[in-house]
Amino acid sequence: MTIKETEELLLNMGPQHPSMHGLFRMVVNLEGETVTKLEPKMGYLHRGIEKLAESRTYSQFIPYTDRLDYLASPHNNWAYVQTVEKLMGLEIPERAEYLRVIFGELARIASHQVCIASTALDMAGWSAWSYAFRDRERICDMYEMTAGSRLTVNNMRIGGMSNEPPAEFWPALKSFLDDTPEMLEEYNGIFFGNEIAQGRLKSVGILSKELAENLSITGPCLRASGVNFDVRKAEPYSIYDRFDFNVPVRYGCDSYDRTIIRMDEIVESVKIIKQAVRDIPEGPIMAKVPKVIKPPVGEVYHRVENPKGELGFYIVSDGTTKPARLRIRAGTFINLQMLPIVSLGWKIQDVVAIFATLDAVLGEVDK
Amino acid sequence: MDALNTINNVFLIIAAAIRSLFADPHSVWANLTMDVIDFIIVVIIVVLAALILILLERKVAGWTSQRPGPNRLGPRGWFQTIADALKLMGKEDITPSGADKFIFKVAPMIIFSLPMMTLAVIPYGKGMAPINIDLGIFYFLAISAISTVAFIMAGWGSNNKYSLLGGMRAVAQMISYEIPLLFSLLGVVMITQSFNLGVIVEAQRTVPFILIQPLAFVIYIIAGLAEVNRAPFDLVEADQEVVAGPFTEYTGLRWGLFFLGEYGNMTAVSALAATVFLGGWQGPAPIPGWVWFWMKVGIIIFFMMWARWTFPRIRIDHLMHLAWKVLLPLSILNIFLTGLGIYIYRLVMGG
Repeated sequence: MTIKETEELLLNMGPQHPSMHGLFRMVVNLEGETVTKLEPKMGYLHRGIEKLAESRTYSQFIPYTDRLDYLASPHNNWAYVQTVEKLMGLEIPERAEYLRVIFGELARIASHQVCIASTALDMAGWSAWSYAFRDRERICDMYEMTAGSRLTVNNMRIGGMSNEPPAEFWPALKSFLDDTPEMLEEYNGIFFGNEIAQGRLKSVGILSKELAENLSITGPCLRASGVNFDVRKAEPYSIYDRFDFNVPVRYGCDSYDRTIIRMDEIVESVKIIKQAVRDIPEGPIMAKVPKVIKPPVGEVYHRVENPKGELGFYIVSDGTTKPARLRIRAGTFINLQMLPIVSLGWKIQDVVAIFATLDAVLGEVDK
Repeated sequence: MDALNTINNVFLIIAAAIRSLFADPHSVWANLTMDVIDFIIVVIIVVLAALILILLERKVAGWTSQRPGPNRLGPRGWFQTIADALKLMGKEDITPSGADKFIFKVAPMIIFSLPMMTLAVIPYGKGMAPINIDLGIFYFLAISAISTVAFIMAGWGSNNKYSLLGGMRAVAQMISYEIPLLFSLLGVVMITQSFNLGVIVEAQRTVPFILIQPLAFVIYIIAGLAEVNRAPFDLVEADQEVVAGPFTEYTGLRWGLFFLGEYGNMTAVSALAATVFLGGWQGPAPIPGWVWFWMKVGIIIFFMMWARWTFPRIRIDHLMHLAWKVLLPLSILNIFLTGLGIYIYRLVMGG
């Protein structure tokens, strides 16, 4: 009798698949339902943003940054305009800095809510998804009353902010901040406290501290593996050195910690916004910036703590109105490199959950 | 009281009237006519249940996730399902080129026919079982076990990897959960000493079996949820993992048949729970028996929907652990306790 050889099942998940956030494709080898090999394929959303920058003026490029991590667009604006300001040596007004912090932290809350929601949704927790999205709507409303758009906010300019938030912005912000403990309580009740959800996430997809450091993982994924690193503390940019806040660190290294650490970060963000609202001075929101922005010849790298990881811009200027070269260090692109290693040996169901906890936004991954 | 009795037996009176049209009310032809009418009624029950339940499900989903749900078509959106059904009829019927065409086309028909066969033995009121057979529970479980075959047929015949994965999951899950499902019903059978559903309902005149067999009821509901592939046990059609499992390649009315079958099966499982554990058509207040019956079925169906929209999906290894390491031992324990109870009862009563 001859023994017939069995073959592994090669499955193409994506780019059109319900749980691939955006246009992501993973080529999975399956032994039964167990993953034996996983190959992430990216680039389906590649728009050549880095190359586009070379034919746009410095100001014209700001809207393109919105389309990187579109769930936290103020952060992308912020990272880019700060890089240009650093290149030009611009000082920007106090009030503009505070407004930037407020919008940046609001974006962090919104982005984390989407992460919690989509993690729940990838595990079929439909109601948990709509609870988190309902609360995110309030942040979108605040964006809308300030900048007119709900997703791609684009209210930061080189040298300051485009406009003042209207009068109704501040009460809306205050009531949102007051309601956050209740919101987090609800997410805990409907999702994190659920036995099935914990069973799906706990001790699944272990990313050890060494592996995280070797792969240069950043953001909440790194901090859930027990590394205390946050650009806001390690290399304070803007006015982050003035605020009193903690960097949440968890030591579980699993999918559960990678998700629930975002709840801790929402608490810290609320703390920062409250201090910013208390301390914000009156004054101009725009520095004196020349009409035509022409940074001196040179190069500069600047990084900020995006909700999903470290976001860096590297700009080479040749003294003209357009950058000679612009390079983006996308946090989620680098974070995704852990997926093939961490997913090995888990079921296809767990891989979907692990991918959700990475909180990848394909706009930023593919640039 | 007379009026209530009339309403209570309205279907029996109609049936007797139809029979009286024949020269000999118990001739072969009269029986055949009644069988055809019974069959049509069961088909109507399955289709109506699906029409109402799909809308109800979307309303419950809206309610649990704090949104209005369908509210555009008709008063409060009540015509939404009809529009959806019409849309499904207008869809192109696609058979994938690599599919095993015969198996691909037969699978949805099997799924759709099963709830009609199982719902035929349920007593909807006193003496109102379309077919009254002595092996009612046995027949019900035997028929519902066939759906496993239909799922693997759909999964294999589609020639799609997601469908195949879903079909394999269906086999693993449904075979595992059939055993606790069956064992949970055995306690009731031991007490009544009958497989006949009518006799089981009659035995609950004073106390429904949910009070005597609470453990069996919990096991039945959990295993029943898994048996009809409802969340949190919907691994078969887990859209986040295997797109739509065995249904991925189906379009139009073929897909609609799966949908009808799913809701029909859900109704059947709830109807059996209402019959065996909740006392069927009997209730404390003077309401017609068939209204009692559908109210009880409705409560169980609502519970199933509530669970679906609240819980995340369970992990597949936890699913197997739950069936083999928790539910199966518990259901065997239940049988043991029931046997012990019957023994003590007979010892005391000297029966």
